Amino acid sequence: MRSPTTHRVAGLLLLMCVAVGMDARAADRLYDDLGGADGVAALVDQFLGNLADDARINHFFAETNLERFRSKLIEHLCALAGGPCTYSGDSMHQVHAGLGIGEAAFNAVVEDLIEAMERRDIGTGTQNRLLALLAPMHGDIVERR
Amino acid sequence: MRQMAGRLLGAVLLLLAGAASAEMPRLPHNSRILATGGATMIEGAAGGGIVPWAVLAGYGSSDEVGASGFYTHVDLKDYSLDAFGVAASWHNRVEVSLARQAFDLGTLGRALGLDDHELRQNILGVKLRLSGDLIYGRWPQVAAGMQYKHNLDFGIPDAVGARHDDDVELYISAAKLWLAGLFERNVFGNLTLRWSRANQGGLLGFGGDRGDGRELLVEGAAGIFLTRHIALGGEYRQQPDKLSFSPQSDWFDAFVAVFPNKHLSLVAAYADLGTVATLPGQRGWYLSLQLAF
Repeated sequence: MRSPTTHRVAGLLLLMCVAVGMDARAADRLYDDLGGADGVAALVDQFLGNLADDARINHFFAETNLERFRSKLIEHLCALAGGPCTYSGDSMHQVHAGLGIGEAAFNAVVEDLIEAMERRDIGTGTQNRLLALLAPMHGDIVERR
Repeated sequence: MRQMAGRLLGAVLLLLAGAASAEMPRLPHNSRILATGGATMIEGAAGGGIVPWAVLAGYGSSDEVGASGFYTHVDLKDYSLDAFGVAASWHNRVEVSLARQAFDLGTLGRALGLDDHELRQNILGVKLRLSGDLIYGRWPQVAAGMQYKHNLDFGIPDAVGARHDDDVELYISAAKLWLAGLFERNVFGNLTLRWSRANQGGLLGFGGDRGDGRELLVEGAAGIFLTRHIALGGEYRQQPDKLSFSPQSDWFDAFVAVFPNKHLSLVAAYADLGTVATLPGQRGWYLSLQLAF
């Protein structure tokens, strides 16, 4: 009785441990998988289009300088993905402070990014790696109440 | 009884469809990321199939509401189980669920020449998210839950030695999703500790001739998202062993869950419940449909 049970439990635990151990790895080749400079720019353009069309959150961008936003976002994603860029913009905390961004708005932006990646035919693994690099920004962007 | 259950289910689904068409007027909802409401486990809580997870029903985030309804059928070698119910969540903080289970005694019922072939129970669940978020932050999402279960058919449980026809179970769950955690795929894990003396989840009553105290039981789930729409995983649920008439085995399942969109999810699983009420080798298929709003 014990043996098969023990094995199955061990299997489940092993899967969980492996999952914990394999932290989101370095951004090696992510920049290339996103399609390099052209790919990142195209992704950002699609993403900005989605944000503009998203009635849930586009009011947050009403007074945004879109040209600057676009260039800083491209720079930021390029740097995060291990590309030849250095992010020169303000910190995520500075940029979003005082805007009152809640969980719902944050999730809406994540969905717009996922939708943009789908549109650009970016594979599931590449999508996940980029999201893993962006997810830690949640704490700097969402305001706690 | 079957008919009544069917009619009740129909009414519930109609209600949910009505809620969907009305788009929950003025109540913001639906903003959490796809699949983060999980499926609905057989006791009505958001979770997998046999384990309640730390996630809350529906897709409402911190200023929103969520709701879901489910129907599940489990077909074992000698028995079958039908379960259905509804759940609602508020501000991704509190979940309240109601479920009905009907366990068909099948082979055993016929062998014993019973008139009543069914064991039914109602389950009221409450789950409170204590801290954390499934996806964001370093720590897992942690929730504490309660399930109040009430047997509608206590004749057989009473005859085999169960002490109570209703009881309260408490549990605490922690769940985490790791983005690109394994093979660039999103991986999740859930650990649940339950304090219970339920026989076969309560369908055979609570406590027994071998003891009436609640025990701390371990339940776990782990899985991987092949895409954001399809997950594979497995679950384990330890069981107490309080009736001398039959040993009670721990439960296992292996599942594939499909989330085409935020309103629909389907789970197909292979479940192994071991020995159930003296009959060994109770394995079989599990199918679950969930609608969410």
